[in-house]
This record gives sequence, structure tokens and C-alpha cells, in this order.
Amino acid sequence: MPDKRLKRVDLIFSDESVCRDVLADSLKKSNDDILKGILDSGLRGRGGAGFPTGLKWKFTSQEKEEEKYVVCNADEGEPGTFKDREILTKVPLKVFSGMAICAKVIGAKKGFVYLRGEYQFLRKELNKALDNFHALVKELGFDFEIKIRMGSGAYVCGEESALFESMEGKRGEPRNKPPYPTISGFRNKPTVINNVETLVYSFMICRIGAKKFQELGTADSRGSKVFSISGDTPIAGIYELELGMSLEDFVEEFGDGDTKAVQVGGASGLCVPRKKFKDTIIGFEGVPTGGSMMLFNSSRSMYNVLKNYVEFFEEESCGQCTPCRVGCQQLKLGIESVKKGDKPASYLKTLQKLAETMKVTAKCGLGQSVANSFSSIVDNFNEEMIY
Amino acid sequence: MPEIKELVKQLAERHGRNRESLLPILQGIVTEERSISDVAMTEVAKELDMSAALVYGTATFYSFLDTEPRGKYVIRLCKTITCDMKGKRQILKSLEDLLKIELGETTKDKKFTLLETNCLGWCHKGPAMLINDDAYTELTPEKVSEIIGDYMKNK
Repeated sequence: MPDKRLKRVDLIFSDESVCRDVLADSLKKSNDDILKGILDSGLRGRGGAGFPTGLKWKFTSQEKEEEKYVVCNADEGEPGTFKDREILTKVPLKVFSGMAICAKVIGAKKGFVYLRGEYQFLRKELNKALDNFHALVKELGFDFEIKIRMGSGAYVCGEESALFESMEGKRGEPRNKPPYPTISGFRNKPTVINNVETLVYSFMICRIGAKKFQELGTADSRGSKVFSISGDTPIAGIYELELGMSLEDFVEEFGDGDTKAVQVGGASGLCVPRKKFKDTIIGFEGVPTGGSMMLFNSSRSMYNVLKNYVEFFEEESCGQCTPCRVGCQQLKLGIESVKKGDKPASYLKTLQKLAETMKVTAKCGLGQSVANSFSSIVDNFNEEMIY
Repeated sequence: MPEIKELVKQLAERHGRNRESLLPILQGIVTEERSISDVAMTEVAKELDMSAALVYGTATFYSFLDTEPRGKYVIRLCKTITCDMKGKRQILKSLEDLLKIELGETTKDKKFTLLETNCLGWCHKGPAMLINDDAYTELTPEKVSEIIGDYMKNK
């Protein structure tokens, strides 16, 4: 049972004017001190996968290469996620400052923000914020420059190695791993790639200290997280909440009184039905999320929801590996056939096996995570798939 | 097509002539022309000294790098489930009626192309659409007719 209750937090969107002081302070600290702070805080990546941020920084800092990079992953494409847009709109200087602190620790002189094409309209304001940032680092005598690179409407480019390929001017096809970006990332050089939100939390940890951050959340999920809440809720929007609350608490706060399911983590996340709200913790020990929370009330057909997700994956699959390319097509055709009655209900089991196979054989996170939404929706709303 | 040649040259001057410049150059062509023609791709290949197949392969990977002719204003309506739940289908119908085209088509005067796209990141303010780079949210049929009317008259 979760012992944390729903609690609103205000770290991410708090005043930006602290950037100068925190950055000046951090640049004076030793790299080991900063690293220790990030490691002690227990911060894990906020893009969804949840790799410990401090370790990423540490591994990259240990590489003996002249050229290293810091990349901010702003290719926010997971259906139901819109927090990074809000962060980049409201507190861009905190994102850039987080990148600068990382650059100092790992020894990088160049940083990049990879911004999704859908957010092109942010470019003008971001460029202005970048000018301010560059003036600030110059004043502080720190050699670091950030450039913005645009995406062009490909979900898979949010996968870190696909993102590097795209930045190098190629098709956004994920690479084989290992080697991991900490050893061979952008231009095959050691690279730290962090989500927008992760960079702001890293910055905030330098401001408030690891201990204060650690006081929030649970053993596996330290701190707070920005949630993008949409669907059947009267108060859709962006909320920063402490990690570790139960889904029941969450639904009580954000639901419309008739919530039958919550899709936690977008199309690549898990669908949790009403009867499991109570025992589901939002966090890495329960159901993790990159921030996307879609609420569905009892008027919604979960078949339509699943079909929407499968179509999404089928379109966004890069086509490089067979399990994902063919798997997504077959899952879509499969659920359509069962719905029409061309295939028996038992065929859903076969499709679930296919999804499980994709989980272990697909090359990247996209194909591997299709099974999450597929199996959780088919299991929990079986009759809706058939009738 | 001397203009395309000129445009590609300008973009190459600005972004450089290596592999990393390919995406920014292709994005630059789309900003100016809304799509990348075969001629444009060949020009890019020549300018960057790479094979045209490479340029084609890269361009066709990205859904915003259109290689089919598009109108001056490309409308991309978000089709993710959350926008769908907020009335996206009604918005699509309004757009089709107003522009007198179906999804995927371009108006005869080459002014508008109507497409669907995956999550635009406006789920709390659905239904949402992009017209070129500008986002429009919390759409209603009335709002759509106002927006499109404005584009028809003033742009």
C-alpha cells in the first residue's frame, strides 16, 4: 500500500531569477561535489525510462575524450504528454542552466536542444532566452554554447540513439546498444542526453540540495514529477506532484467521478482499470510514467482507445526491425478482425503472445513497449475488444 | 527551376554542406515551398555532393518533410485519442466542408492541404491543429470557420 498522499509541489516552475546565482555557485563547486549531489538525490530520468541521472553524468565524465556533448531531449511525442512545452515556455533559462552544470561536470563545451517539429512556434522565444543565457555564461567566464536542432515529426526520434542519428542528418533509426550514449552518442562522442524536465530537476537539486529533494517521494522514486493530465477530467493541464501517490488519490483529485481507466505513461504505458486504482502506486515501484496521464470515463470504448494507440505505433514504427514493423501491422489487423467477428475471441491471446514477442525482440523502446498498452487493455477490457 | 537552385544554394550557405546540414536544409525548403520536389532533392544532392537516394531516404522518413505537392497552408489535425474524445471528428468534418476537400487532399487553388497527424502536445486543450507552424487549440466548428475564413481572406 502506498504511504504517500497526493501532494502538489512547486519546484519546476518556481522563479527563474535564481538562475544566475545558482549557476555562479555551481560553477565554483568541484565536479565531485555536484555529482555527489545529483547521485545522492536519487533523481531518475523524467522522460519515462528512469535511468539514474547522476550515473549518466558520472559515466560520461569518466570518458577520456576531448569532445563531449550535452543534449536536451525536447522531442516530446508520447501521446498525452505536453509538460516539456510548458517547461520550455515558462522556465527555459532553468533548462539551459541545467545543461551548463552538466557540461561543467562532464567537460563539454557544446550543447544541443533537439526540439520536435510540432513546437517550431517556440523557436522565437527560445532563441531570445538563449541569447540571455549565452550572455550570462560569458559573464561568468564559462565556455559553453547551446544550439537548437529541429525535429520533423517523427516520434521514434525521442529514442536517444535515433535522436542522434537525426541530429547527424540521417533517418531517425535507433542504433544498436551498447555502446550507450555515455560512451558513444552524438557524433559517436560521449554524450549526456537528458529529458527537459530532468535537466530542470538537476538544476533545482543544485539549488535546494539533495537532501530536500530526497525528502520527497519514495525509496524508488525520489522527488516530484510534472504530470500532463488529459482526457475525461474537469481540470486538464500540467501539475507537479510528489511521486509515490496511489492512483486512487490521483483519480479522486483529477477524475470526473466516473473514471473507469487511466492510461499511465501514454500509448507506451500501462492501462490501469478502476478495480486496481487503490493498489497502484505512481512511480518506479508501481507504474512509472513520463508524465502522460489520460483519464477515461465509462462512456468511452476501450477498443477505440487501443485501436488509436496501435495505429499510432504502426505509423511511427521506423520500419527498421521486423518485430516492430510487421508486429504493429498485425496487431492492428488482428483487433479489427476480432471486432468484426472474422476471428474468434481466442485470437486475442495469439495477439498478446505476438506483443510479448515484440517486447523481447524489437530493437528499441518503441517496439518493446507496444505490449504495455496492448496487453493491459486487452486483459482488463477483454469483452470490449470482442463485442 | 532556377528558384529552387537558388534556394538550395542559400540554405547550404547558411547551414553548411555536410551530412548534418541535410535536415536543416530540407526543413528550410519545406518552410519556403511546403514540400520537397524531386528537382529540389536532386539539387540538394548536387549541392551537398551526396547521392539523391540518400536525400530521398532521409526526406521520406520524416512526416513533416512532405515530398508530395502541398498547399500554401498545410493543416495538420491531431488525431490522438484525447483530441478525438473532445470532438476531433466534428472538426475534421467542418474543415472538409469549409475547404471542400477530403482528408489528404489539396484545394484547387493550392492554398490549403488537409492532413492528420499524431499527438501535437495540446491534449489538455483539444481538439488541436497546426496550420504550418502555428498551433490552434480548443477548436469548435465556429472557431474553425473563423480561423479558416481569416486565412482565406487575409493570407
